[in-house]
Amino acid sequence: MTVLPADRIARVEGWGMAVGADGYLVQPTDVEQVTEILGAARSAGAPIVARGAGCSYGDAAFLPEGLVLDFSRMRQVLVWDPATGIVDVEPGVTVRQLWRQTLPDGWWPPVVTGTMEPTLGGGLAMNVHGKNNWARGPMGDHCIELDLLTPDGTLRTISRDIEPEVFHAVIGGFGQLGLITRARIQLKKVHSGFIEAKAVATPDLGELLQQIDDAKDDWEYVVGWLDAFPGGSKLGRGLLHFARHLSPDEDPDPAASLEPTNQDLPSTLFGVVPKSVLWRMMKPFTNDLGMRAINLAKYIQGSTIGNNAVYRQTLAGFSFLLDYVPDWKKVYLPGGLIHHQSFVPVAHAERVFRAQLEICRRRGMPSYLAVLKRHRPDPFLLTHAVDGFSMALDFPVVKSRREELWAMVRELAEPVVEAGGRFYPAKDAALPGELYRATFGEGQLDRFHALKQRLDPDGVLRSALADRLLGG
Amino acid sequence: MAFKHAVVIGASSGIGEAVARRLAAEGTRVALVARRHDALAEITIDINSGSDEDLAIFRVHDVRHTVEVPELFQDIARSLGGLDLVVYAAGMMQAVEFDEYDPAKDLAMIDVNLRGAVAWLDPAADRFARLGRGTIVGIGSVAGDRGRSGNPAYCTAKAGFHTYLESLRNRVARVGVRVVTIKPGFVDTAMTRGLDGLFWLISADRAAEIILDHARRGTTVAYVPARWRLVMLIIRSIPSFVFRRLKV
Repeated sequence: MTVLPADRIARVEGWGMAVGADGYLVQPTDVEQVTEILGAARSAGAPIVARGAGCSYGDAAFLPEGLVLDFSRMRQVLVWDPATGIVDVEPGVTVRQLWRQTLPDGWWPPVVTGTMEPTLGGGLAMNVHGKNNWARGPMGDHCIELDLLTPDGTLRTISRDIEPEVFHAVIGGFGQLGLITRARIQLKKVHSGFIEAKAVATPDLGELLQQIDDAKDDWEYVVGWLDAFPGGSKLGRGLLHFARHLSPDEDPDPAASLEPTNQDLPSTLFGVVPKSVLWRMMKPFTNDLGMRAINLAKYIQGSTIGNNAVYRQTLAGFSFLLDYVPDWKKVYLPGGLIHHQSFVPVAHAERVFRAQLEICRRRGMPSYLAVLKRHRPDPFLLTHAVDGFSMALDFPVVKSRREELWAMVRELAEPVVEAGGRFYPAKDAALPGELYRATFGEGQLDRFHALKQRLDPDGVLRSALADRLLGG
Repeated sequence: MAFKHAVVIGASSGIGEAVARRLAAEGTRVALVARRHDALAEITIDINSGSDEDLAIFRVHDVRHTVEVPELFQDIARSLGGLDLVVYAAGMMQAVEFDEYDPAKDLAMIDVNLRGAVAWLDPAADRFARLGRGTIVGIGSVAGDRGRSGNPAYCTAKAGFHTYLESLRNRVARVGVRVVTIKPGFVDTAMTRGLDGLFWLISADRAAEIILDHARRGTTVAYVPARWRLVMLIIRSIPSFVFRRLKV
């Protein structure tokens, strides 16, 4: 047994900054180095956790005292074919890198997250989704094949035809079955760098869900925002945003709009205030009172002058809302934030979400940001999607109420399990493992454990999330 | 500040054992390191029987085998799931006659009291400095404040340990790491049992309580109990030609 390089010790956190651990951070630049690291971990008897850009809110990409295999320096676009829209990437290529390379040729990633920072390796491992989950499924649905490196040093290519069971478990298997070292992805043809969007206000939760459901087949992107502060008849009042890609004749100058520089988000506010300082200006509002006011203001704006507005927006501007204010998460310091996203079948969604919003109100811990989406089932083994809706909630972590918040997450999760719902590991930090496990059908987790036993019999690949949710 | 993960070197008896027990009682996950397997196992089982969760683990190690430390250090941090407190409490004081000059005996005291400390606290300081946090506690002795005729090597080892801890502190304090030097007076442990002329004797548990309080506050140098500070101030200020004539 040898030791891990002591000089690599570092604090590694989830994106929400509320959970983290010390680990040995290594950043390989090619597959050969990854193989060497696997050997070093084996001889030191150390577990490995795979990490992309660290955009998972919770504990998906760290492990206390583990070897943190950070893929962010394996970031080459290996092959790009503008004729077919098929791209081969290393796992550390980010959503940002991808669209900037392919958009000038008229191709856009079919599934993007609310920020463009995640890596594609991480996105596939967590099988992330976007605002078009109903229309396009998760990121994994657009992956053609993967190279998978298992801890014994074997490199294999998997796809829907080659080892399909492994393929469907690795995607969404949060890095527990092997390391993704290459991914082939099919992009989507677009004819303009703009989308057409529409905003509609809805007075309550029932109406919000109904309208999302009505719009899901007509619009590529459907996302609902709700003000989680008021109760009673105003509970769940919110705004809906629909968007669709333009058809070939709708953009008079697609070459211009497809140019990445024309997609860039402005770096200043009103042309004056640098956005890099904006989060500091938001900080005074990051409390229950301030957020209540901001949510109210957003609703009033959206339900009056903004109601039924139809407008064109750049693809990047519409897609990457979370990148508008750089470092905005820092407003949540020192405690950071956690996120909770429940997926509930259509028939129970309104009841469960209503109960969840009431739980937050009763406990005096309202969500500062609440987002609704429509989902469909997908073929992946540890899928989080159901034929239903999801509600995603952001909560600030205050040290004195931390345990109470974790207890509330349990309370929020219980009705979801009961209703046959699911949870989203990419965003989770606090869900008790037994509730997560209870969402899977007979034998589903057994199949996953059997694959784990086959591909990583020594249990080298771990993460704090996997230890917590799958029971270590 | 509550410690989450701690290692106590020299935890099979005396102050080290008491510190480990107190840490576990406060909910800290703690690794006990010492030479004697049976004593460690017994203490560990005793600690763990008192709570639902197994807070204590132990590792058998002789601090004179410094080559084992790097691997053991990582193994412990991994087994605990982290590390934010390192307590070096291993100590050895051998009875030395006034006219006895035995290098084997003297070097053994330097090995345990000083070389072992350097072997453990160098990696601790390195880790904590890189992470920008962490607490190191070294159990020195009032004996290190003066070169007494009674036990040259013990005094030297403790004096060297104090100086080493001060140097460490001067390196890592700027990045937020705390180094606490503890100078106990007479503590009721196996080391002092049977010695003559003891006074102000406190129990190991009481010493541990005071030590952990200083660790949490990040005191730089603390006498335990505090009244020794005044005594040692006086003793340190006695001129050498006078000190030489005193029977201490």
